[in-house]
Amino acid sequence: MLKINCPICGNRDETEFSCGGEAHIARPIADNKLTDTAFSEYLFMRDNPKGVFLERWCHTSGCRRWFNLARDTISHEIIEIYPMGQTPKTAKGKKAYQANWRRKSKAEAASKPAKRTVK
Amino acid sequence: MANTDLDRGSRALTQKSKRYSIFSLARNAASYHQNWQQAWRHADPKPAYDAVIIGGGGHGLASAYYLASIHGMTNIAVIEKGWLGGGNTGRNTTIIRSNYMWDESAGIYEHALKLWERLSQDLNFNVMFSQRGVLTITHSEHELKGMSRRVHAIRLNGIDSDILTPAEIKKRVPTINISPDIRYPVMGGFLQKRGGTARHDAVAWGYARAADDLGVDIIQNCEVTGLRRNGGQITGIETSKGFIKTPKVGCVVAGHSSVLADMANIRLPIASRPLQALVSEPIKPILDTVIMSNAVHMYISQSDKGEMVLGAGVDKYNSYAQTGSWPVPEHMVAAAVDLFPFLSRLRMLRQWGGIVDTCPDASPIISKTDIKGLYFNCGWGTGGFKSTPGSGHVFADLIAHDRPNSIALPYSLKRFETGYLIDEHGAAGVAH
Repeated sequence: MLKINCPICGNRDETEFSCGGEAHIARPIADNKLTDTAFSEYLFMRDNPKGVFLERWCHTSGCRRWFNLARDTISHEIIEIYPMGQTPKTAKGKKAYQANWRRKSKAEAASKPAKRTVK
Repeated sequence: MANTDLDRGSRALTQKSKRYSIFSLARNAASYHQNWQQAWRHADPKPAYDAVIIGGGGHGLASAYYLASIHGMTNIAVIEKGWLGGGNTGRNTTIIRSNYMWDESAGIYEHALKLWERLSQDLNFNVMFSQRGVLTITHSEHELKGMSRRVHAIRLNGIDSDILTPAEIKKRVPTINISPDIRYPVMGGFLQKRGGTARHDAVAWGYARAADDLGVDIIQNCEVTGLRRNGGQITGIETSKGFIKTPKVGCVVAGHSSVLADMANIRLPIASRPLQALVSEPIKPILDTVIMSNAVHMYISQSDKGEMVLGAGVDKYNSYAQTGSWPVPEHMVAAAVDLFPFLSRLRMLRQWGGIVDTCPDASPIISKTDIKGLYFNCGWGTGGFKSTPGSGHVFADLIAHDRPNSIALPYSLKRFETGYLIDEHGAAGVAH
């Protein structure tokens, strides 16, 4: 049983939460220009590390807010809880973020807004 | 579907002196069972093999056995990190059935069931396959409708499946509570009479003994630490017992598939989750069939030792800890006690979790990869045990010929690019 410290409601049992799976999967913007392989990476392929995993959780039975969580999949230790839209701050969390194959994937590269020049 | 000319690979243990039989039992009884021969050799890794199977569970050992017996590849090895059958092979609830909905699933699961029906004879090892029937019960109008659709699809594939009313269920299983006012009322069910259970350890041991007899090296306590390749071709594996050269590697490691795939920089759509089960203290025979409920994630049977074997659902988050979270069995036991009130006074004897490799469409991956000579057999999720012989049979064929046969073809990794998914969430028994 995990005890999860919801950023809004405080420490609660895991039964109050839903796990939303891998965090930081950016949706490609020009998905019609992606290859099937790259789109499949976005849609189906998942990071599944034995060690620190960055995932999304929702406090379904409480405030219903989403947040990110860095957790060890062997010891279940919760290393860090941080807001949506941000990346981890702890050393272990940062390492897990950088080690994810997605950081080098075509799908993620295609998800960043193209730089526009303002005339 | 047609496999009338199915090659079962029953070529091992042809020497009478090595076979188990009533005579060998009598002979060994005379010497107080002190002189039984070793079931398989202790093998140290050779420098090179024609193929290596990573993972000494049921699927891996079956793959090695069929590679040796059907395809004549006897210079091969099975590499196991721990001990044989110590992973999910020894951590499941041993249910065997082939009542899945889609044609592709009928192909693989029925293929497996046909092999199960003769497996003890083929391996000369009693795997205690017991066709006691698998009865899936439903608890709502919608489930009833979904069930009849599935039953008709199953029957069109030539697989036995019968719809039962609550009264017929009560007749078969007198201990079940069919009262309409319980939390999960029994509204109907369907039965696969050819389904049942087998002894999980015996499956691993039987395949190991038969594979060993054909010359396969079974190497335990040997962890794979890396996959070596030269360009797009696999050249060998790094292990805790040194480098092993081989042109073909079959990965059959269930929950650890993503860990191996990472070594080869291959992406898999797999999430590793704990799947839990528990047994009660042993009691006298009371349940002679298997009951499953998809809606409450409960499945129950009685082992030959008398323990009630209860399986629960998967945990909701990824984990490699072989234990699982308490609320999952708690929910299952609540439903089980409602359906079988006699369970309420039984004590739990053991609880355990296995790390299952769940796939987005609840169907397995039996596939080549972009690296030549590297094959994956994974993604069986919560339903791997039942398919052990079929999985090994088609995976051996894939490795030997470097092309999938008609049964394995739909299970390619490419289906996540083409969109040709085989959605078996309804038949998988446990939500993924």
